[in-house]
Amino acid sequence: QNLPSSDWEKKVTEYFKEKLKENNATNWVPSLNDVPVHYLKPNSLVKFRCMVQDMFDPEFYMGVYETVDPNTNARVLHFGKYRDVAECGPQQEIDLSSSQTITSERQTFYCVPVPGESAWSHAYLSASQDRVSPSTSYTPSRHKRSYEEDEDMDLHPSKQKEQHLGSGSDIPGCVEPKRLETEASAGHHLAAPNCSPPLDLNFPLPGEKGPACLVKVYESWESFKVNDVLEVYGILSVDPVLSIEREGSTLDLMESMDTAEEQRVHSPPASLVPRIHVILAQKLQHINPLLPACLNEEESKTCEYLKVTSLFVSNFMSELSPVRAELLGFLTHALLGDSLAAEYLILHLISTVYARRDVLPLGKFTLNLSGCPRHSVFTEHIYRIIQQLVPASHRLQMTIENMNHLRLIPRKDYAANRLVSGVLQLASNTSLLIDETQLEQGQLDTTGVHNVTALGNLITWQKVDYDFSYHQMEFPCNINVLITSEGRSLLPSDCQVHLQPQLLPPNMEEYMNSLLTAVLPSVLNKFRIYLSLLRLLDYSISDEVTKAVEEDFVEMRKNDPESVTADDLHRTLLVARFLSLSAGQTTLSRERWLRAKQLEALRKGRLQQQKCVNGNEL
Amino acid sequence: MSSPASTPSRRRSKRGRGSNPPTPQDARSPPSQKRRTDDSTSTGDLQPMPTSPPADVQSPGAADALFSSPPQFRHSAIPLDFDISSPLTYGTPSSRVEGTPRSGVRGTPVRQRPDLGSVRKARQVDLHSDGPTEDVMTEQSLGQRLVIWGTDVNVASCKEKFQRFLQHFIDPIAKEDEDIGLDVNEPRYMQRLEEINIVGEPFLNVNCDHLRSFDENLYRQLICYPQEVIPTFDMAVNEIFFDRYPDSILEHQIQVRPYNALKTRNMRSLNPEDIDQLITISGMVIRTSQLMPEMQEAFFKCQVCAFTTRVEIDRGRIAEPSVCKNCNTTHSMALIHNRSMFSDKQMIKLQESPEDMPPGQTPHTVVLFAHNDLVDKVQPGDRVNVTGIYRAVPIRVNPRVSSVKSVYKTHIDVIHYRKTDSKRLHGVDEETEQKVFTEERVKMLKELSKKADIYERLSSALAPSIYEHEDIKKGILLQLFGGSRKDFTHTGRGNFRAEINILLCGDPGTSKSQLLQYVYNLVPRGQYTSGRGSSAVGLTAYVMKDPETRQLVLQTGALVLSDNGICCIDEFDKMNESTRSVLHEVMEQQTLSIAKAGIICQLNARTSILAAANPIESQWNPKKTTIENIQLPHTLLSRFDLIFLMLDPRDEAYDRRLARHLVSLYYHSEEKMEEEYMDMAVLRDYIAYARGYIAPRLGEEASQALIEAYVDMRKIGSGRGMVSAYPRQLESLIRLAEAHAKVRFSEKVDIVDVEEAKRLHREALKQSATDPRTGIVDISILTTGMSATARKRREELAQALRKLIQSKGKTPALKYQQLFEDLRAQSETAITKEMFEEALRALADDDFLTVTGKTVRLL
Repeated sequence: QNLPSSDWEKKVTEYFKEKLKENNATNWVPSLNDVPVHYLKPNSLVKFRCMVQDMFDPEFYMGVYETVDPNTNARVLHFGKYRDVAECGPQQEIDLSSSQTITSERQTFYCVPVPGESAWSHAYLSASQDRVSPSTSYTPSRHKRSYEEDEDMDLHPSKQKEQHLGSGSDIPGCVEPKRLETEASAGHHLAAPNCSPPLDLNFPLPGEKGPACLVKVYESWESFKVNDVLEVYGILSVDPVLSIEREGSTLDLMESMDTAEEQRVHSPPASLVPRIHVILAQKLQHINPLLPACLNEEESKTCEYLKVTSLFVSNFMSELSPVRAELLGFLTHALLGDSLAAEYLILHLISTVYARRDVLPLGKFTLNLSGCPRHSVFTEHIYRIIQQLVPASHRLQMTIENMNHLRLIPRKDYAANRLVSGVLQLASNTSLLIDETQLEQGQLDTTGVHNVTALGNLITWQKVDYDFSYHQMEFPCNINVLITSEGRSLLPSDCQVHLQPQLLPPNMEEYMNSLLTAVLPSVLNKFRIYLSLLRLLDYSISDEVTKAVEEDFVEMRKNDPESVTADDLHRTLLVARFLSLSAGQTTLSRERWLRAKQLEALRKGRLQQQKCVNGNEL
Repeated sequence: MSSPASTPSRRRSKRGRGSNPPTPQDARSPPSQKRRTDDSTSTGDLQPMPTSPPADVQSPGAADALFSSPPQFRHSAIPLDFDISSPLTYGTPSSRVEGTPRSGVRGTPVRQRPDLGSVRKARQVDLHSDGPTEDVMTEQSLGQRLVIWGTDVNVASCKEKFQRFLQHFIDPIAKEDEDIGLDVNEPRYMQRLEEINIVGEPFLNVNCDHLRSFDENLYRQLICYPQEVIPTFDMAVNEIFFDRYPDSILEHQIQVRPYNALKTRNMRSLNPEDIDQLITISGMVIRTSQLMPEMQEAFFKCQVCAFTTRVEIDRGRIAEPSVCKNCNTTHSMALIHNRSMFSDKQMIKLQESPEDMPPGQTPHTVVLFAHNDLVDKVQPGDRVNVTGIYRAVPIRVNPRVSSVKSVYKTHIDVIHYRKTDSKRLHGVDEETEQKVFTEERVKMLKELSKKADIYERLSSALAPSIYEHEDIKKGILLQLFGGSRKDFTHTGRGNFRAEINILLCGDPGTSKSQLLQYVYNLVPRGQYTSGRGSSAVGLTAYVMKDPETRQLVLQTGALVLSDNGICCIDEFDKMNESTRSVLHEVMEQQTLSIAKAGIICQLNARTSILAAANPIESQWNPKKTTIENIQLPHTLLSRFDLIFLMLDPRDEAYDRRLARHLVSLYYHSEEKMEEEYMDMAVLRDYIAYARGYIAPRLGEEASQALIEAYVDMRKIGSGRGMVSAYPRQLESLIRLAEAHAKVRFSEKVDIVDVEEAKRLHREALKQSATDPRTGIVDISILTTGMSATARKRREELAQALRKLIQSKGKTPALKYQQLFEDLRAQSETAITKEMFEEALRALADDDFLTVTGKTVRLL
């Protein structure tokens, strides 16, 4: 244990950290998100943006092992870190009982690409990649040489280091497959077994594509949680041996401790689910690629980097108000000219759970947009617009059919020993649009009731109770829920805004399309930055304003004790918070408070009005 | 740690567990052999024992002694899980015979000898008593420096120490539940041995904690080298046992099963360092496999000359002899299945228990192997504490590929199970009983309990984000602690419930749900349901046919699941009638009877109920009584110990404080909140400790005080000509007083407790059952509904007021004060301002007038 190992391990990490910090270095590393696995060279450095979907049990591996050549009795030490397979030459055997063997521990995460990631975010990422490999997916491998060469520079020094430290141990595999790339990839095609039943890759949302990946983490895995979004840099491992093992599994199934399903899930063919041995992993605060990765000042390590970040932020802040105005205009158009609803939509889009007090999540702002035309394409278009604005989103059509059949809650499958994903397993700050206009009268069955309850819990407590069959486990989440409905939604919400269209375009489709095409991409990008950035700002309320708010509340209660409750204060405070933030202010000012009250009054007035209208109709 | 070698096959690889770090290890290893021998003790000898009375064995023993060791030891020994050694195998004797020579052949290097010798001796020991002791002595003299190879365990001294432990250990802090029928002042394990003699179950469970308090070093050895030390313990036990009870007949030799090793409690903290060590972890069984017969010893017979031989399993493989030793024919040996020895084996998956899991992570699982009689001891869903040896095995090399997967498979060989919830039936919460609390923690809790304001502190720690409602929080706090359980079954009254039921009733938006949610999150066995969504079936239990086995299975609902916990029911008023009626039995008898699909049973549902209801008109109507507002049957209402109203006070000062509280919620940083209050973990521990350890009884004075209180309550009622308080209310008072005593960690209920119980009871009632006319607590309101007189009187007053106003003619507006005085003058009884306002409000509700500030306007 106290071999030099700990030393070189640290150095490797340090080295890569340094390297990746250099200008744009990250863009040079091929990303598993864009490049199909078989175009990537095994054992090369790759990156992957993903969400932790499940955590497997920690595994013990041979950190250091010894091989023996039975003929010459020559013993060689090897490192086992960052690889799945203990290599040894054709003439060698691994001495399993060698005293030199060191067992170490690592953790495996099952990762999937960020669910509901918007097309623009994805496109932007691959575009930034393009500088290196002009066309991502269909390049013949020749093209890729160029960046392989570059990357060699990255990889090499560390390899040398490893070699030095490894006291003469050779590291086969790292170097050698380089030239064999074409063969290797061909090999993978073969290795991909003519798969009996297709493997369920366990994506939370139906219809998702993208590689799932087993990410092996070597340090501080306790800090990662399920549903965290990570960016990992690591060594890609697609050794066909990993798949072969599966075939052999029938042989010793008797003595293997796992069931066949479990084997299938935990060691899927590497060509379908590649392994990444992580060198660097970082949690992402947000997944908007337009923003610098981390805005937190403590976390950005170098001064230079910090400067860039803060420069970026302050630059953007200076032009905040025009952007806000533009965005407001854009959304107003989208909401058929209803500027109040647009205002609330902005507030909703920058809301985020910033703290939890006991069980109470603070900062959630579920918006119920009532008065949406039924069965029209309206909601669909709203979703398309939101998709254009936020980095991750999903639209859930709340039909009887869907409610009864969709799996919303992730469930533990004990036979396969994995967490079977559900729609509500989403990364933080994903926008979830629940389309209630689709709902008809009908009968909900048990699943349906559970699903609706789960949605309710999600909205009220911002948590999802995952089903572990013997018990339930609560996973806190942070999902922005927007409900569109005709009348008041049957789901709870923090705030209901009744839509009052000012104009009714004859052709909704055309109208919405033209709206989207009219916005310049650069402006759209500003909107995106705006929404993601403001979410991350801090916020406080000064003592004076607190006093004023108190007074106000007491006054309001005095005048109208029936209709002003603590809930109203809660909501108004929230509105005030987001209103201030949306203008880039991090403290509450008197004016904002008044404006918030005004907005609330307008909103309530509308609801009242609506009630009256309904009353009359009845 | 690496060493793979040892495990699964349990064949103790002879080259040892390469594992422990310090071990020098290397290939051929004498020591291992020795180890094996140890095992053999456990195993091999077993069988003979019963059969051979001491006398005749004597001679062989002597012989052995003479030429020392090796002969005896039988190969098939199993290193660690001696269970295997088990009884089931027949044919042992013969194997033994054969084994002997072999082992002898296997050679006895000088150094090894003593070990072997000792082992062998040990084995003899059981057979006859005194020979061994001498041996031990001698061995000791020459053997001090001899240790099991790769460890620092000296068999002789280890054995001797353990024997001393057995003979002298008296548990200083014996707990009753474990030692039923044991004399606490006698050496505990000797009594256990006696039990074994009587019962004939040859297993001795040893609490590692005891061992630790007796001899730290021995404990350490046990933890680090269980594979070597446990067989030694076996030897020691058997020596003592057969020394004491030479005639005892057991199925096989006694096996020691240590448990409660403090090494690891949490699955998450297992790491490579734990490999091959003795660990105890807790978790929940999620899957068990079929029973798997595992070959221990293969029996081969030569097809040519009928020569037979036995081959032990070695690291999971049987080496088939290619040449017959007798006739030298090659490949003539055939396996005879029914003469081979098999042992039972079962694979079990254990999952981390939900409490141990850090938030936001998925639970870990670990594989267990249970052998022989531990097979089928647990079912999926059981919570168990497992003691066993942690193993790591390399994944088998695929013969076709030269490389190996560099990952080990890990599992635990089970030595001892302890079901965590089996005891629950006795009403003892095993989880708290278990060492959940470290000494410091207990000390801290006790310290805390001495604080004068502990009650206030705890109640303010409860759901700090919910503003005020101090009394309600106190009520819920007492509910969390619960009363003491009393058993009157012998007098025919059954159990008195100790659980306190609470109903919260009030305006929407007064954070009722939040309180419920908080409580549900706080208690370990809480259930949360909503009245709207639940059916009677969902609350109780239903019978289901398992699709696979076609068996009828009883599925339990929320009430049963929250046995010993709290069942939080939101929207209690929305629950339909039939569902609610289920609660009657639960809330008083604390049981649930089910008669369905041929299953008739009564399940325990000792659950406290915390219910929240909205008034029938969704807003509380002060003109109506609680009964009218909630519209729940009186039978059900009377089963609630406390009924709290959560009303919107509409009071300026309150509003101000509320506003400040809420605003602070929205900008205080999280750390600050943490500091202000006791954190949830402490609260949880405090409650768990009190529930587990404190059972207060009524003191003399307290009883007196209770009687008085009750008589007072009755008097109020009887004065008005009706019965107002029922024995149920007295029981409630007692429970509340007991709970309050628990809060103070006091074993005796004192006056203070009664006072607080009375106060709380009154407080709750004052809101829900105050006769609005008299201001006197009137429980009859709860039990019979609003007192008719009171309502009548108020209506009369309203009518009088109306008349008065009408008599004034067509004035559109009246002065408030003026009107009040006029009414007063007119009426013969005294009219308070409250009554006047009440009347005004009643009229306002009839749309007769409106009150704005100090003027009254007619409509």
